[in-house]
Amino acid sequence: MANVSEHASHDMGMHTEQLEGRTQQVFFSATEEENLSQPFTYDVDFGREAEFDAREMASGEVNSKIKDLMKDGYGSITVRNPGAKHSVAVGILNRLNLVLDGSLGYFGCGLIDGPNIRITGRVGWSCAENMMAGTVVVEKNAGSTFGAAIRGGDLVCKGSVGARTGIDQKGGTIIVGGDTGAFSGFMMQRGRMIVLGNAGKNLGDSMYDGTIYIGGSIEDLGVDAVVAEMTPLDCEWLGRKLSLFGLEAPDGIENMTKIVSGKQLWNYDNLEPSEKKLIL
Amino acid sequence: MCGIAGLIHRGGTDNIGKEMTSMLQAMKHRGPDSTGFALYSKPLSKKRYVMRFKVAEGAEARSGFAIQEQMEARKAAVDKRLQELDAEIIKAKAATEYAYSYELKFDGDLRELASYIEDIDDVEILSVGHALELVKDLGDATAVSDQYGLNKFNGTHAIGHTRMATESDVDIRSAHPYWAYPFSDVSVVHNGQLTNYWGQRRELERRGHRFMSDCDSELIAVYIADAINEGEDLHAAMQRSIDQLDGVFTYLIATSDQLGMAKDVMSAKPMVLYESDDFVGLASEEVAIRSIFPHEIDTFDPYEGEVRVWQT
Repeated sequence: MANVSEHASHDMGMHTEQLEGRTQQVFFSATEEENLSQPFTYDVDFGREAEFDAREMASGEVNSKIKDLMKDGYGSITVRNPGAKHSVAVGILNRLNLVLDGSLGYFGCGLIDGPNIRITGRVGWSCAENMMAGTVVVEKNAGSTFGAAIRGGDLVCKGSVGARTGIDQKGGTIIVGGDTGAFSGFMMQRGRMIVLGNAGKNLGDSMYDGTIYIGGSIEDLGVDAVVAEMTPLDCEWLGRKLSLFGLEAPDGIENMTKIVSGKQLWNYDNLEPSEKKLIL
Repeated sequence: MCGIAGLIHRGGTDNIGKEMTSMLQAMKHRGPDSTGFALYSKPLSKKRYVMRFKVAEGAEARSGFAIQEQMEARKAAVDKRLQELDAEIIKAKAATEYAYSYELKFDGDLRELASYIEDIDDVEILSVGHALELVKDLGDATAVSDQYGLNKFNGTHAIGHTRMATESDVDIRSAHPYWAYPFSDVSVVHNGQLTNYWGQRRELERRGHRFMSDCDSELIAVYIADAINEGEDLHAAMQRSIDQLDGVFTYLIATSDQLGMAKDVMSAKPMVLYESDDFVGLASEEVAIRSIFPHEIDTFDPYEGEVRVWQT
């Protein structure tokens, strides 16, 4: 636990004085550990390994078991036979090496903030929804709304994914080794999406910002999505990112198509930064 | 929400009743109101049919006034009308006290037979076919399967449905699958909603088709069966349905020797597919397919606007 002095807390913009509201007084002491730690996070040791079989367990039991192991300090956990159960490995808010040996159902790995997760099978709809940090690697295919509203981290599917990949993406990187379906990047706001195969119709429809790279063909672009020039910086970044996961663009990185927002649909430029922040 | 499932053994048969029960039970959380099975076995000869029908709703059979006498009278009326149409009852089996399975020898007009039988108050034909047997009732898959003894049903392919009632009642009439009256062996299960239901229904009604329910899923069954009857092949009819049926949907359709799948252009409703050389399994959730496979399998989502058809 960080040892933060009162002086440091002032430097960080935090205060210890009493607030004078009639109904609420907030007391803060920089020496109180609980005020400087995230709830439901655990200090784990990657060197401590654990494994269990989820075949006969319900989703809630699987998640509780993972939580109990993290509480005991296990930092490398393998779950055998997740059996396409829904909502497995959700809400993990600390670093962890997690292997899910099999397939997940819907909403797997949602709302995570930090773990490195590898899924040896396939995932259903809405994998890693609202992911904030960490890495999720899916070895086979994924369903629709892969990485919906993710805010950070790397989300990788080595196979093909369904429709609406990265809908409402707010940050992070989504990488798809195969094809993606219709409406991928719909209302994308930030972050990057890399698809090494083909993209379905309405790619990047109504995207506010962010960048999409497509290695194969594009059925058609959505409203306000436009092709942009691939720069050396793009190529360098793509090469570095893909190599992290052992992936390559089939026709070469330099031949990928870059899609960005045309910024004709949303009239942000007339807004003050504070107003933009309110909308985003 | 509803859950749908389909399976087909290509070039063989297996215990499809048990397999479909397992798949649908794994999706009970998608809809526990009613469960339905359309099970297909090796077709009977051309003049032989299996007719599944009910003479009362389950709830009515349990609590209706003087219902036992009424059910007996309705069944007697069915038997009498079959005799009038020269339909010979080869085998008669009471699946429950209100649902029956008859094997018939019949060489006449199937539409006339179906209409004449259903003209009896409170009698509904669930299916007529050379290969199809359609069973549906209230409760989860295990309950319905146990009630109708489906755990030893050997056949080639099947579709099934677990229903969460939204826009029509919780009763057998509103349960899926739907038989495509009056076409033998065509059945449909559907997850979604058709938004141009009434327009399409009126068009089919003008062409002489009748609808037993107000459920949009029945429309798909009749729409496809009508197209097949007009000489269109199943794949082409389903492809056309993607353009003509408006809304969000994924549906499965089965004929005596085919299983088909179609997804709307928005890909708004889920479908997971597993395909091997001798078996195809589809379901709203992968957990259903995995309920019959203990080992790791590769599955994927079909894309928007996609139509696939498999042969037995």
